[in-house]
Parts: sequence; C-alpha cells; structure tokens
Amino acid sequence: MSEFGEEDDGPAPSLAQIKHIILILSGKGGVGKSSVTTQTALSLCEKGFKVGVLDIDLTGPSLPRMFGLEDQSIFQDTNGWRPVEVKTNGKGSLSVISIGFLLGDRGNSVVWRGPKKTAMIKQFVKDVAWGELDYLLIDTPPGTSDEHISIAEQLRFSGPDGAIVVTTPQGVATADVKKELNFCKKIDLKIIGIVENMSGFICPHCAECTNIFSSGGGEALAKEFSVPYLGNIPIDPQFVDMLENQKNSDKTLSELYSESSIHEIFQGIIQKVLDQKHPGRF
Amino acid sequence: MAAEVIPPVTTKDDRILPPEYELKEAEPEHCPGPESEMAGKADACDGCANKEICESLPKGPDQDIPLITENLAGIKHKILVLSGKGGVGKSTFSTMLSWALSADEDLQVGAMDLDICGPSLPRMLGCSDEMVHESNSGWTPVYVADNLAAMSIQFMLPEDDSAVIWRGSKKNQLIKKFLKDVDWDELDYLVVDTPPGTSDEHISINKFMGESGIDGALIVTTPQEVALLDVRKEIDFCKKAGIKILGLVENMSGFVCPNCKGESQIFKPTTGGGKALCEELGIRFLGSVPLDPRIGKCSDLGESFLDAYPESPASTAVLQVVESLRDAVGDV
Repeated sequence: MSEFGEEDDGPAPSLAQIKHIILILSGKGGVGKSSVTTQTALSLCEKGFKVGVLDIDLTGPSLPRMFGLEDQSIFQDTNGWRPVEVKTNGKGSLSVISIGFLLGDRGNSVVWRGPKKTAMIKQFVKDVAWGELDYLLIDTPPGTSDEHISIAEQLRFSGPDGAIVVTTPQGVATADVKKELNFCKKIDLKIIGIVENMSGFICPHCAECTNIFSSGGGEALAKEFSVPYLGNIPIDPQFVDMLENQKNSDKTLSELYSESSIHEIFQGIIQKVLDQKHPGRF
Repeated sequence: MAAEVIPPVTTKDDRILPPEYELKEAEPEHCPGPESEMAGKADACDGCANKEICESLPKGPDQDIPLITENLAGIKHKILVLSGKGGVGKSTFSTMLSWALSADEDLQVGAMDLDICGPSLPRMLGCSDEMVHESNSGWTPVYVADNLAAMSIQFMLPEDDSAVIWRGSKKNQLIKKFLKDVDWDELDYLVVDTPPGTSDEHISINKFMGESGIDGALIVTTPQEVALLDVRKEIDFCKKAGIKILGLVENMSGFVCPNCKGESQIFKPTTGGGKALCEELGIRFLGSVPLDPRIGKCSDLGESFLDAYPESPASTAVLQVVESLRDAVGDV
C-alpha cells in the first residue's frame, strides 16, 4: 500500500533469523486466543524449540499476566528492544513482547485510534531483537481491523506459515470466526487449522460433561471451509488456577503446565501442527 | 552491553479527526494537536509527515454533531454496554436488556450494534436475515417487535459471513451514519452494544453522542482476573472520557451442573471478581448472572431467554440488574 515507503519493500531484518511465524486469530473475543497462544508457546518450548511471542492486542493485552510477567519492563540496547524472558527448564527458550510491559500502571487504558496502533505494531515488528527463533507466535485482538491489516502488511514479505484460528462452539462465535476465515482468504494467509476451545465442562462433582457453549461448532466450521481441524479443548478451571497462582509456586510455568490435565489434550493439537511439516522461512 | 528501559507509552486520549484526514504517522512528542489553531504551524510540525494534513484540517467543531444531536433528540435514555474484554456477554446482555425493557409495551426501545467487525446483536435478536431500508427520513431500523428497533452492519452485508476489513476511520464513518441518518424516531431507551477494547468505536461514540447526552455505561465482566484486567482499562477509559458508569454486572459467575446440581466456579474469581473490583473503584455492583447453557442456545436461535426460561436463576438475576439500571438512569 502506498502509505509505506521504500524501506518496507522487503522482509523486516528483525525477523531474519526466525524460522516459522504463526498467527493466532479469531473473529470473536474471549474465545481463548491468548490461552491457546500460551499453550502453544509452552508446548513448543517443551519440545526444545526457541519460541518468541508477540502480543498485538494493544487495548487488552493478556499475555503478561498469563506468563506471570506483569511487573516486567522491556529494555533496549543497540540491537533493539529485548523481549522479556520466561524461565524455562533448560529446554528451549521463551520470550514475550507486549504493550502490557509499556504501561505505567496495569489499569491504564490505551485509548488509541488506528494510526497510532499501526505505528506501534510496526515498531513491534521492526525494533524487537528476537535473535534466533524457531517459532514466533503472534497473538491478536478480535476482529478484522487496524491491528490485523497492519500485521498483514508488516508481514507481507516475511512468509508466515499461517494462522491457527480459535473458536468456541456456539453459533454466535462461529459466525464471527467465519468472517476471520474470509479475511485470511482475502490476504492469502494459510489456515493451519481450527481449534475449538471451551468445548464442554466436566463437572468436578459428578464427572458429567455439560456443553455450556454447545459443541461441534469448530469441526463443522473446518469442514465448511475445507481447512484442518486441530481438535477441541474442554473448559478447565485448573488451567486458569495454574496461571493465576504461578507466582506462589517454586516451579516454573513450563513445569506446572506439563503436570496439568489440559497438557495432554493440547499435545494432540500441537502434534497436528508439527505434522504439517511446514518448510519454514529458510 | 548497556541496556535502558523503554519508557511507558503515553496513554492520554487519542484525538478525533475527520476520517478523510487520517494521519500518516503517530503524532510527534510536542504535537500541538491536529485540531488546534497551531496545527501544522508549530515547531514540532517541521519534518512531521502529517504537516500537510494538519494544515488543511478544518478548524472548529465537527459540523455533523448538531445534526446527530437533532436526530437523537427524541431519545430519552442512552446506555452504552461496555467491557474491555471480548466474549464476556456484552451482546448477550444488550439483547436481554432490550428484551426486558421492551416487555413493557409502553416503552420504545432501540438496540444499536457498534461492533463492526463482529456484529452479534442481529443473530441474538433473531433478525439476522433482515435488511435496512432507506426512506425520506433516513435509514429505517429493523423492527424485531413493535417497540424494539435494531441497527447493525450485519443488515448491510452481501453475505452472512463477509469479513468487514476496515480500518478505524471507515468504521467511524459508519458509526456517524448510524447516529445521524437512522430514523430512530421517539425512543425511551437506546441500548448501544460495543466491541471490546478502547479504540475508534469507543472514542467516536463518545464524541458523536456526547453532546446529546449519554446516560452512562453498563460495564460487563466475567469473574476471572484476566477479564478484570481489561475491564479496569475500560473503566479508566470511561473516567478519561467523562462517561458516567451506571454500574457493573458480573456474567458467567458460577455454574450449576444440570445433572447433580453441584455448583462450580468455571471462571474463578481469584481476585474477588466483579464485586471486589467495584468496591476498589467505587462503582455500583449491579449483580451476578450465573452461567446457564440455555442462554447460549437461545442466543444462537435468536429467542428471548427471559421469555423461554423465566424460572431460571439467570433470568431473575438479569431482571434485577435491569431494574437497578432503570433506577440508575432515573426512570421508574
């Protein structure tokens, strides 16, 4: 697009040593994009990959809290902005960039119109010194607007693998997610697959599974759009507990996650992503 | 290697510009403000990519605002339904609020959907196949009942699942049309459903509708801290923007298993939930609505949950919140 100068006519040098770029998208809010991003990051890291996570939800960043990094700041040196590191167990590496690290107080709102959001995303793509990464995961806000158009423009020469699209089962959610799938088609972004989140709740008292937000919507959507279905994740209040209480534990988030009941379910999903054997960017 | 911390971003309110004057870059540090008399002429403007745009900007107030105020003159109460977080039940609550109010035949109710990229109101109100018609008096909203009118971008899409890939400036233009050109006629209540976040839609509705008077905002949240974190930001926005907060409702709080009647906290209030947030920030807590899987089903089918399951504890809770809201805007 004409609003960008010559400097934008090529892949961003800051992304040069990143092998795979994956976006996590959903037309609908509150379906678990950030929670799927977190689980994808932890799972890849556990397999020994070097993982970076970029949060482009500027008005509602959730990743700093999910990774237990709320009090952290971003530092810069001559190479650029240094992403905030998450402690791992020696396997792989994990680092995060979010606007949440740039707010004076966690309750501060970022009341920005499009152009300023665009400028911030451009800076996130160009100025962060990610170094060598196997995977860069990009968590997005709901919708198909400024943030999405901007990240698509910034990545247009950078060959992302594609998008993991998150939905919940009910029709009201899949209706919005269809719009997101059409957005991907329009910008030529490959769909790696659809994940159905909040798919049923197992009562801790009687073990009966209730489909609070109905079920099967994600799989039907994948069929309708002929894209891979990666699997479903039930509602697991323990996962939220784990994220919320990670500060009180001696264990790292990776350790806590690998012991959680949701971990095994998600491994099936991540394996399907890896099995696609995307060649990557180099 | 020496490293320095990146200073916090400025979080002051963004400026409102007519869409045709979209800035090319973020404003420089000492920007006098594109709407000010000095726009394009200050020292900071030299070398700024926006200089020309700012110089050519019309000075003075937005000419459309008096027209909007005139068009909305017959509306008694305007309520925004807000939440920083997505998927907490803004649209569900807007729908139930509209239905609950319009159950009183003496009340005229309007429901306006400001979520341009993910409109949900038409489906929940059971009118997603309807179209908007144009007449001499402007766009006619879709009538769900004799006394319940709805407006959404969904009524204008070529296909149900067309993506609306619009930047903020284009969304603002449509929002202006919804306020200026829709023939709302006389209404007792206009319920405005919003998308998550604190960006164009939110800045615009406040700017465009501010003069005709917004009664206030109903904040919707779910109990867990990850949601409350974003809701804090929305409350901060309301304070900055001068929007009165009528109260906060906590949705999806607690779930009763239909099999064993055992209660569980699905979205755990690890930090005290909506109630504690209200106490901390001095906001009125209007109540909690429990999770009932039938709410989602009714929303998908476009049926009124309150009519279908009046005996559900969720229905009772919603009606109580509606009463408190009417009280807060000085009705009843």
